Amino acid sequence: MNLTSQVLHLARRSVIRTIRQPANWITPLVFPLALMAVNSGGLDAATSLPGFPTDSFIAFFLAFPFIQGSLFATVNAGVDLARDIQTGFLNRLALTPMQSAALLVGHLGGVIVMGVVQAAWYLSVGLLIGVRIEAGPLGMLVIFVLAVFIVLAFGSFGALAALRTGSTEAVHSLFPVFFVFLFISSMNLPRNLIETEWFQVAASLNPVSYLIEAIRSLVIVGWDEQALVLGFSISIGLAIVGLTLSSLSLRTRMART
Amino acid sequence: MERAIEVRGLVREFKGGIHAVAGIDLDVAPGEIYGFLGPNGAGKSTTVHMLTTLLPPTAGSARVGGHDIVQEGPAVRRVIGAALQEAALDPLLTGREHLKLQLALHGIPRTERDARTDELLERVGLRLAADRKIGGYSGGMKRRLDLALALAHRPRILFLDEPTTGLDPQSRSALWDEVVRLKRDEGVTVFLTTQYLEEADVLADRVGIIDHGRIVAEGTPTALKAEIGRPTVEAVPTEGTEPAQVEEIFGRFGELQPSTAGVAVRLDGKGGLADVVRALDSAQVSVEALHLHAPTLDDVFLAKTGRSLEGSEEPSEPDAE
Repeated sequence: MNLTSQVLHLARRSVIRTIRQPANWITPLVFPLALMAVNSGGLDAATSLPGFPTDSFIAFFLAFPFIQGSLFATVNAGVDLARDIQTGFLNRLALTPMQSAALLVGHLGGVIVMGVVQAAWYLSVGLLIGVRIEAGPLGMLVIFVLAVFIVLAFGSFGALAALRTGSTEAVHSLFPVFFVFLFISSMNLPRNLIETEWFQVAASLNPVSYLIEAIRSLVIVGWDEQALVLGFSISIGLAIVGLTLSSLSLRTRMART
Repeated sequence: MERAIEVRGLVREFKGGIHAVAGIDLDVAPGEIYGFLGPNGAGKSTTVHMLTTLLPPTAGSARVGGHDIVQEGPAVRRVIGAALQEAALDPLLTGREHLKLQLALHGIPRTERDARTDELLERVGLRLAADRKIGGYSGGMKRRLDLALALAHRPRILFLDEPTTGLDPQSRSALWDEVVRLKRDEGVTVFLTTQYLEEADVLADRVGIIDHGRIVAEGTPTALKAEIGRPTVEAVPTEGTEPAQVEEIFGRFGELQPSTAGVAVRLDGKGGLADVVRALDSAQVSVEALHLHAPTLDDVFLAKTGRSLEGSEEPSEPDAE
């Protein structure tokens, strides 16, 4: 059986597992939008700040659910992988002719499917509540592609944590760390309007800011080449680093000869 | 004829210098059921993990199905099936989904998967539970599915790591029947680890007894017991009979043994049961009951290690358990 088939079978299992754990898909679909509704209600006045790039805070904030949803999917996927290690299911897979790469890619394949579903959901809700995507239909497609890279990047770090520790608790503990990155970013305000200096510096150093800004640019600006190059470069770069480290950890974890 | 399993000087050392397996040699012939008997932590699971390619050995060599476990891992995995100590199943998948995934990963063509899945489910008695999630299976059902998964790709060699631990007598008996059937009808070689004496005695053609990572005895159960060769006579004195009287007589026939019921002696060849009875009779020492215990594998373990296997336990094997 070739690598592609192995990946597809393992990705299918990952998707089935997600579907059969409602908390794993309801939370990422509902919670980020709920937070968006709350924040948009409370921070709507920010649109009157001089230099604020749009008069719709919801449109400005729509990028947030994509990132937060990716975090949920990442942690859930990491937990699933850690559970496979804890229960010995990884050993069962290791006893088959499965290639090691198939395990990682198949697992992340399930995360990507979840990422696509989430992206479609966030985008649909955004359109339903009147957000206009300035980059048009092609821009929406680009949002999907970017969402896939982001979820792949985060997912690879979730897998890394699972493979390094083999502990569901350790993977769970990653979530607050990821959350800190999310909140110390330009999610609530454009970086140039953040007045607290340390926060502005931190947001500028935080790669999550550029992921948010890339999606946001397609929603509220149209085609912002710089934002997109940064967003894609960072997400792809993170994915490469995460996948490389995960592959090395998998080699150690699955020490079959 | 090429051996199904051939092990030479196999060693596995863990961090801290712990030798879970300290240099073992063993051979298993094709179609043989080899029982690997030992207490918890003796090195059984670490050995299985090495032979199934899941754990590289620190030293030594082994060939399984004619393939070197270090140099030819993928080839070894093609010819073996394994049900490891923990029934490693996904609680969110059904029995049928497990089998289909396993068959697919083993490269069984799609057209054959459905029929093979049904065949395996039928064989392990899980046809009716096939579409239920594993989370709702009993321990026995999980073990049976585990066995079906190990057999999915028709392996020539099967590793069963303590397959009946925690099972009720009925499930245990069903699993024994299946192991015997696999050997008899399909010629499958079975490497079975167990801490149950009875299991090794009933199932195994040959037994290897492992303790502290070393094989301390090997042979057929009959030969091993014959090697010890000394039955034990146990007497329960009647009320009014002093145990010391019985001990005095028993002492003439061998070494006294600890006994919870009364007085016991391991016969050392100076006489048999009839001689013991005659001696008791002539001394007018009456006993309520007299039992003759044939040697067991536990006696073999006791003779080789100075400890009883029952209740004997070593610290868990690192990583492998």
